[in-house]
Amino acid sequence: MISAKFTAIADHALLVSFADELSDDAHQSVMALDKVIADAPPYGLSETVPALVNLLVDFDPLVTDHKAIETDIRDKLQDLKPVTQQSVLHRIPICYEAPFCPDLPAVAQQAGMSEDAVINAHFGGDYRVLMYGFAPGFAYLAGVPQPIQVPRKPAPVRDVPECSVIIAGPQCLITTLVMPTGWSIIGRSAVQNLTGDADRPFLFDVGDQVKFERIDLQRFDQLKKENAHG
Amino acid sequence: MVDVKLRVSFAGPFVTFQDEGRPGHMRYGVSASGPMDRLSFAAAHAALDNPQGQTCLEISLGGIQFECSEGEVTLAITGGEFSVELDGKKGTSWSVLTLSQGRKLSIRPGTGGSWAYLAFAGVLGAETWLESSATHASSGFGGGAVRSGQVLTVREARICPDREGEIARYSQRLNDPFRVVVGPQDERFEAGIPELFTSETFKVSDSYDRMGMRLIGPKLALDGALSIPSEPIVRGSVQVSGDGVPTVLLADHQTTGGYPKIATIISCDIDRLVQTRAGQSVRFVAVTAEEAIAATRAETSAQRMYLEEISAPRGTLEQRLLRENLIHGEIFP
Repeated sequence: MISAKFTAIADHALLVSFADELSDDAHQSVMALDKVIADAPPYGLSETVPALVNLLVDFDPLVTDHKAIETDIRDKLQDLKPVTQQSVLHRIPICYEAPFCPDLPAVAQQAGMSEDAVINAHFGGDYRVLMYGFAPGFAYLAGVPQPIQVPRKPAPVRDVPECSVIIAGPQCLITTLVMPTGWSIIGRSAVQNLTGDADRPFLFDVGDQVKFERIDLQRFDQLKKENAHG
Repeated sequence: MVDVKLRVSFAGPFVTFQDEGRPGHMRYGVSASGPMDRLSFAAAHAALDNPQGQTCLEISLGGIQFECSEGEVTLAITGGEFSVELDGKKGTSWSVLTLSQGRKLSIRPGTGGSWAYLAFAGVLGAETWLESSATHASSGFGGGAVRSGQVLTVREARICPDREGEIARYSQRLNDPFRVVVGPQDERFEAGIPELFTSETFKVSDSYDRMGMRLIGPKLALDGALSIPSEPIVRGSVQVSGDGVPTVLLADHQTTGGYPKIATIISCDIDRLVQTRAGQSVRFVAVTAEEAIAATRAETSAQRMYLEEISAPRGTLEQRLLRENLIHGEIFP
């Protein structure tokens, strides 16, 4: 049985934690528990929020309580298995050309590589959706290759356009709205995580895999046009 | 039936469309949004016998002024103690009145409270996102902010003279401390700090919006490492930044974050907290998870009774005069 720590959050949630520090095992357990709860929700469940090492289980305090939810989850943990189901793979076209890549020279300088080598390293990486946060549709992707992992910039830049591809440390993100960010901006995605489709409003689910494809400006404009008409 | 048109001559910042919110999308980084003060929002709809949860305007301390340019509609104003003027005649929030063509209404900050709610007897038109008109302020998703010059539309407008007049306020102890369940990262603080948080007095700072409320008070010193792996946040989470300053996260909170959280305010005390203003003192008291659930259940049933009471029509003017007369005996000599 996988051990977990249960913490009451106010009157309406339980935080189930698998570790104090980042680890792949802990995130796998979060994903696995999230899946079994989705398949057999305990009575009174409102929603679950997967994060890096823990899962928030939000419930309706008028019909259930922390103890009942904890008992249900302890049962589920008895024979929790890692998520074996093949996760969805998304292929996302990215344009790494000006004016979409203002921080590419700085990243190249810090990494001691050519700009082209940074681009190759970035789209060559295998990415996985770790969790959402900060703002609607902001999906944190793990998997930035070690040589191009750079720290946050000293000061955030304002009004960064949506669909910007930004990196900091091992994480990468495609922005969904105009926002300030201290992460390095190295490209522009032709695809938006907020799909505008009512049945499937978000492209990425936590746990999904992502591969990037390099496209030129002409192809980018073409895809944008197609998406606008589609 | 003719649509009612309201021309907004002035809207301060953070006047937004809000319905009951869009719960269920936190895993995608989307907080529920919806009204900051959920009880006052529910009261505005109850006073008009509207279906609960439909779109209304949430009015910030920025205030709003508008004129009815077409049609006639009854409306309800609740929340805090805002100052209301109908064609220059002074009134207060917590009232139902009917606005006809050419009449002007203004709602401005009054003696207390930070948020007022304006509901219409009818359906207020608003853009939706994920099936909800609730505005997420920092992104603008949902119905969005109301702007000066905008024309609001109310469809299926009703006129309800039997509902006009004052709306009874919900009786609550305004100066009671706010109840919290300590944790989940209370262990990340120096010894005695969680106890300090639940015994000292804090002040509401002017860094206060729909995302959160920063508090001024004794420093809540962290023990060792500042950052934790980013984890889920709820409405009411009290996170503490590296400088030891607590922020209560509210309706438009981010859904995950890496600052340690010292405590979480229980859901039934948040409506009262959000009506405080910058400079006001607040205190917190620790309760157990069991006590928190018992408090929410008791509060919810009391609120349901209250909403039921105010949803009853007050009767015609004649009936009301008669009733007043029976009680006071001095209206008719």
